[in-house]
Amino acid sequence: MGLLSDPNRRRALISLLTRLNTPICIVCYMAGVAWFMGLAFEPFTLRTYMSENAMGSTMVEERFPAGERALATGREFSAHKKRTGGMPVEWLMKTMQAKGLEVFTQRFSRTLPFPDENKERYMVRGTNVYGILRAPRAPRTEALVLSAPCSPGDNNNQAVGLLLGLAEYFRNQIYWAKDIIFLVNEHDLIGMQAWLEGYHHTNTTGMDWSPLQGRGGSIQAALSLELSSDIITSLDLVLEGLNGQLPNLDLANLFYAFCQKIGVLCTIQGKLQRNDWDSVSGYSHAVQTMMLMVMKQASGRPWGDHGLFLRYHIEAATIKGVNSFRQYKTDATTIGRLLEGMYRKLNNLLERLHQSYFFYLMPSLSHFVSIGYYMPAFGLLAVILLLRALDLWVQLSTPPQRTEDGSSPGVLSLLTPLVISHLTGVALYMLPIRFQEMAVEHFPVSETEAVVLTAIAVYTLLSPGTEQGWRVLKLVAVLYLAVLLGCTALINFSLGFILALTLVPVAAFVTPHVPKVLSAFILVILSPACTLLFSVFFFQELQEMPISFQDGWLLFLSVISQGILDHSLYGSLVYPLITLLVYPCWLLFWNILFWN
Amino acid sequence: YINIYSGHTNNWAVLVCTSRFWFNYRHVANTLSVYRSVKRLGIPDSHIVLMLADDMACNHRNPKPATVFSHKNMELNVYGDDVEVDYRGYEVTVENFLRILTGRLPPSTPRSKRLLSDDRSNILIYLTGHGGNGFLKFQDSEEISNVELADAFEQMWQKRRYNELLFIIDTCQGASMYERFYSPNLMALASSQVGEDSLSHQPDLAIGVHLMDRYTFYLLEFLEDIHPASKTNMNDLFKVCPKSQCVSTPGHRTDLFLRDPGSVLITDFFGSVRKVELTMETINLTDPIEQLESGELQKEMHTYADQLPVSEIIHQKPKQKDWHPPDGFILGLWTLILLVFFQTYGVKHLKHIF
Repeated sequence: MGLLSDPNRRRALISLLTRLNTPICIVCYMAGVAWFMGLAFEPFTLRTYMSENAMGSTMVEERFPAGERALATGREFSAHKKRTGGMPVEWLMKTMQAKGLEVFTQRFSRTLPFPDENKERYMVRGTNVYGILRAPRAPRTEALVLSAPCSPGDNNNQAVGLLLGLAEYFRNQIYWAKDIIFLVNEHDLIGMQAWLEGYHHTNTTGMDWSPLQGRGGSIQAALSLELSSDIITSLDLVLEGLNGQLPNLDLANLFYAFCQKIGVLCTIQGKLQRNDWDSVSGYSHAVQTMMLMVMKQASGRPWGDHGLFLRYHIEAATIKGVNSFRQYKTDATTIGRLLEGMYRKLNNLLERLHQSYFFYLMPSLSHFVSIGYYMPAFGLLAVILLLRALDLWVQLSTPPQRTEDGSSPGVLSLLTPLVISHLTGVALYMLPIRFQEMAVEHFPVSETEAVVLTAIAVYTLLSPGTEQGWRVLKLVAVLYLAVLLGCTALINFSLGFILALTLVPVAAFVTPHVPKVLSAFILVILSPACTLLFSVFFFQELQEMPISFQDGWLLFLSVISQGILDHSLYGSLVYPLITLLVYPCWLLFWNILFWN
Repeated sequence: YINIYSGHTNNWAVLVCTSRFWFNYRHVANTLSVYRSVKRLGIPDSHIVLMLADDMACNHRNPKPATVFSHKNMELNVYGDDVEVDYRGYEVTVENFLRILTGRLPPSTPRSKRLLSDDRSNILIYLTGHGGNGFLKFQDSEEISNVELADAFEQMWQKRRYNELLFIIDTCQGASMYERFYSPNLMALASSQVGEDSLSHQPDLAIGVHLMDRYTFYLLEFLEDIHPASKTNMNDLFKVCPKSQCVSTPGHRTDLFLRDPGSVLITDFFGSVRKVELTMETINLTDPIEQLESGELQKEMHTYADQLPVSEIIHQKPKQKDWHPPDGFILGLWTLILLVFFQTYGVKHLKHIF
């Protein structure tokens, strides 16, 4: 007989499962965490390599000569920007036209749901200016984008200058097989969102923009440039985009290959690469780099202007110029040559980048871990939930020792906690923005605070149910959490893993019989809100800018408000996920704890 | 009596590049460099069938339009200004290639797209592209196998479409393509053995691609030294691109060839050399014109020498095949019928039948 159909063997297996459930769960949890930490260990990673055959190696000759002229253009741009107090639209249009591009503008306006304190804006109105370099001999079916943001103050002037210098140089070449669009967007991400929506004729976020008069073909790849100084010491690559989506690894490989060829120092997450992987400090450096990427990916924010392209299946990355105190400096001509080389290689593409990985983690710029290697870490955590579910199922199917209440737990007693917790989640999702209009004098985030606290207070007062009832509820809650975390980890591994790290122990140990006060305290510590608080402090530590508790609390509140803004401005899904799905799930466990 | 002279009267060349896309620039350059050598040595365009799967000279990414270079720093433009491509782009398919070789082309095919060889023709066939063990890839969508190629050559032999044939292939694992040949008078050269990759030569940084493959690069260098009066023979051709230059090991096959390779001149295949005898004495020719009686018609009609005797093929009786036992299907069908019959009527009726 088979293993599962033989009743004797099945009984033995089940008794093994129930006896050893807790030890196996603990072992799985340790193994999951250890696997995750081991991902940054260099022998377990793979070297990056170029997968796309059409891009080949870096064999092009870069001849961009005009770095100084580009910087001069940047200074002109800065002067005109000061004079107009915003985007110097006429000057940009005139300059781009003089360089031989087809120039168009797009107006957009958007009222944020509540004032954004970080960037100090509420009613945003702006103009994007873009020029299209038409490919001399090719049909206008494909395009590449190079963008630089028009930032207030003294930021990113050199980026716009370099963009215009490259535009002039590219215009004189005849080997372009795709149109190149040079975009200067105002109000960084809001302007970029307006441009992308206009380009693709979609309107997902309710922004108001004028239609685009000129268009290229379908965009194959995009690079966003952020350069705020004449001389730089290193180039930083930013990959994380909206909802934790990453561009194809080939784009990072291309950047790294050109960095090595030209001899520019390149970093990821702002951290340099180290060669001593077998020492403790080398390993911790790699772990820090990887954890920074995990944190950034889990937040679901776009960390550069490129982040919004990814949703349209356009591979995009942001290149930031960093000027720190190092001896070896790189000038604008070299950066121009690097970008020229990258664009010549992207020009050779026949299809969109698809040969390399879309899901990966990078402990350094030259090593990566693909989804096949990092998923088992999450799988080990999800197994705990499944083991607990099996255990509960076994307990539920054995008949109760004392038949004190003949009725089996009704569907109603199960549905009530589910419905109430989801309604609370919906309230948490909708109330902060709604009540903002009513409570203008408060900061928006204190609304969120208030809602969360009220929800918890309201909820502990409700707790109906029978003895068996909590088991059924826990079974449902554990399976619900498993499915939720599984789906999240597939789309955004970092978010799924971080939530799993804190919520899986909660789900595993909570029953009505554990000591209530201590468990309530642990439950609150491991709730999504506190996880976010700890993540904020951890993130600051990783970036080597540790902050005090007050600053940390304010940063935490601003992170929540940014999350709400991201959701309404760009369609980020982290805020709805947490409020509508994860928080109700946590509330179910809270309910189980206070079952009586 | 050992035949050291070829006995051919005309030369043909079929030059095929099977891969498309910009990063396969070097395959087009390979084919065009052989084309250039072959033309220079005397084979006219009417006797060359040039098949290029993609247009590199006018590709949008070519920084020097209308050129295809074989040496870096743009020393040698093999595209020239008198290139005649017979099969271009998507016309380069396995089917078209085999039809050219065997001559089975629709009547509407123009002469420039036909291989009009006869039994006194020496043919050079050059293939390049991406290949593997036993196959050559055409255009990312289909392959030709070494068995098909060998059978095509056998068809050519049976239809007396060649006198001698030289087959050169420059792909990865190229030697696998000539392993299956079984027709006489075939000589074959390949750029690499089974299990080896043929490597590309130098890249040109201004153009951004590899310009040539190593084997054909050194072949081109070798051929540049050949002129129509050269007496260089095949043994020198076998020495082109040793392992130190090519990294792969070129191979060749001469067992099907009736003459000794040492007596085969390079120009027997790569050039179109006419045998010219100068003489100082007058030769009396018979008068070709016969006076006919007026009113008498020529009885003897000239017949058209049909290259493809379709009528014979259509009216051919099928060969007597060996008797095979009936098909499984027929057996099964009869079994079913019998079973149903006996099921319905019962076995006791059997005695009424027999």
